[in-house]
Amino acid sequence: MITLSALSAPTASLPTAPLAAGHPGFLSPTGVEIVFLLVGLVTLGAALITVVTRQLVHAALWLVVALGGVAVEYLLLTAEFIAWVQVLIYVGSVVVLILFGLMLTKAPIGRSPDADSGNRWIALTVSLAAAATLVTVVVDAFRATWIDLDAVAGAGRGSSEVTGAALFRHWVLPFEALSVLLLAALVGAIVLSRRENASERATRRTTEQPSPQSPQSAQQSGPKAPRAGER
Amino acid sequence: MDALDVTVRILAVLLAFLLLPLLVGQTEHKVMAHMQGRVGPMYAGGFHGWAQLVADGVKFAQKEDVVPDGADRRVFQLAPALALIPYLLVLVAIPVAPGGGVAQVLDAGIFFVLAVLGVGILGSLMGGWASANKFSLLGGLRTAAQLMAYELPMLLAAASVAMAAGTLSLPGILGVWEWWWLPWQLVGAVVFFTAGLAELQRPPFDAPIADSEIIFGAYTEYTGLRFALFLLAEYAGIVVLSALTAVLFLGGWHGPFADGLGWLWMLLKTGVLAFGVIWLRVSYPRLREDQIQRLAWTALVPLALFQIALTGVVKVVM
Repeated sequence: MITLSALSAPTASLPTAPLAAGHPGFLSPTGVEIVFLLVGLVTLGAALITVVTRQLVHAALWLVVALGGVAVEYLLLTAEFIAWVQVLIYVGSVVVLILFGLMLTKAPIGRSPDADSGNRWIALTVSLAAAATLVTVVVDAFRATWIDLDAVAGAGRGSSEVTGAALFRHWVLPFEALSVLLLAALVGAIVLSRRENASERATRRTTEQPSPQSPQSAQQSGPKAPRAGER
Repeated sequence: MDALDVTVRILAVLLAFLLLPLLVGQTEHKVMAHMQGRVGPMYAGGFHGWAQLVADGVKFAQKEDVVPDGADRRVFQLAPALALIPYLLVLVAIPVAPGGGVAQVLDAGIFFVLAVLGVGILGSLMGGWASANKFSLLGGLRTAAQLMAYELPMLLAAASVAMAAGTLSLPGILGVWEWWWLPWQLVGAVVFFTAGLAELQRPPFDAPIADSEIIFGAYTEYTGLRFALFLLAEYAGIVVLSALTAVLFLGGWHGPFADGLGWLWMLLKTGVLAFGVIWLRVSYPRLREDQIQRLAWTALVPLALFQIALTGVVKVVM
């Protein structure tokens, strides 16, 4: 919802902006609004289960439902392009990455009691604060604004063409800043993983000189050691 | 679009979905057999074993549906459906004929198709994890690794076509397609088709289901109809990949007399590509897991980037 509003904000002042002064009110909802609410409830429920479930892989799978629900909401708001990108990036790649990580390390069938986090109250506080901030921002930005979705769809406002134009005309600087940030993160990740290997090799070289087979050197040989007893 | 029109289109998509994968499967039986000096199925149905897959379907339906004792029941049972349904959805967006010969025109068609295809992989992952079987888990792991490596070149190659056409909609791309795009986008076509093969886990990229190493990967514990659904998903995947490659890189319904015979050209191109998929299975040995990864990151990704650069240069110069 935030992405859509951010994208359509600069064009909202155009003469075609369908901002009617008197809006129909909330007591006679249309079919789309009802579906939007229901999908929102499903998304919220799936998101809640994602955090509270005791089964690790189930959490990832419920995350798929939650992210898919968000994509459906984008679709209902006529932001077709963003909906498909949401599915492609989050459901298709991020969740697969999470599942890959879970399977690679530890993913027992059934409950995993040691996966229970000790700082759940802090997590709850942070998430509630974040949610409150976001809701406040969105409510404050839109207040009683009424956007006629039919007119929006008719003008092709959710299409990839309009999205691309808004992104690369009005928001090109934040877009570039974001890509630089992501590039920095990518380079940082590579550097971090490289340096670990190099120092590992260095310690092995120094410790291997006196006694190659000593248990001390095996212990020092790095972060991979505790892996063995994990499964 | 009135109700009748919508019904006809949906029925056509459903019919294609039910028929074409079986056709590819039967072709694979016969083509593989003849390439290996056998004759393949000859008895079922009488004429050259044409009803072999019908017989197979009946056999699968009769088998007991076993769920392993230690498995995660719901995830295990849900996985085959999740693997199959995305391919049905994708068929909706593929144009087969000029002038509205598509079940549903989507503005961001390429993204829809690639996004939904990515969801299908989740079926294999769920099946691999929920089976409570080491070989299944290994198969699931390999599937995930393969998907992550080949998703990027596939996207980049598709993006190159979108750049060339200036639109993300599949009918829109075909609308502006010219014959000289064929050599122009050739590298992208090869990358897209290869990456698609890898996502389908077809030979030579079938390390995730390598029968001599890990039995049958994520599908090891499946029996009966659910196993048949996974197999059907594989053949539906071949149809979808061939049709997509035909639309994006080979001009889809373009050809002589496209106005009347457009659908025939589309079917022909799809069929030739599907034949190629089968041919590759017979000709090439299975790649090792590290070879699969190396091919993706050191060959396909640079090639796809080169194709994008080429597309950009030609687009600016023209």
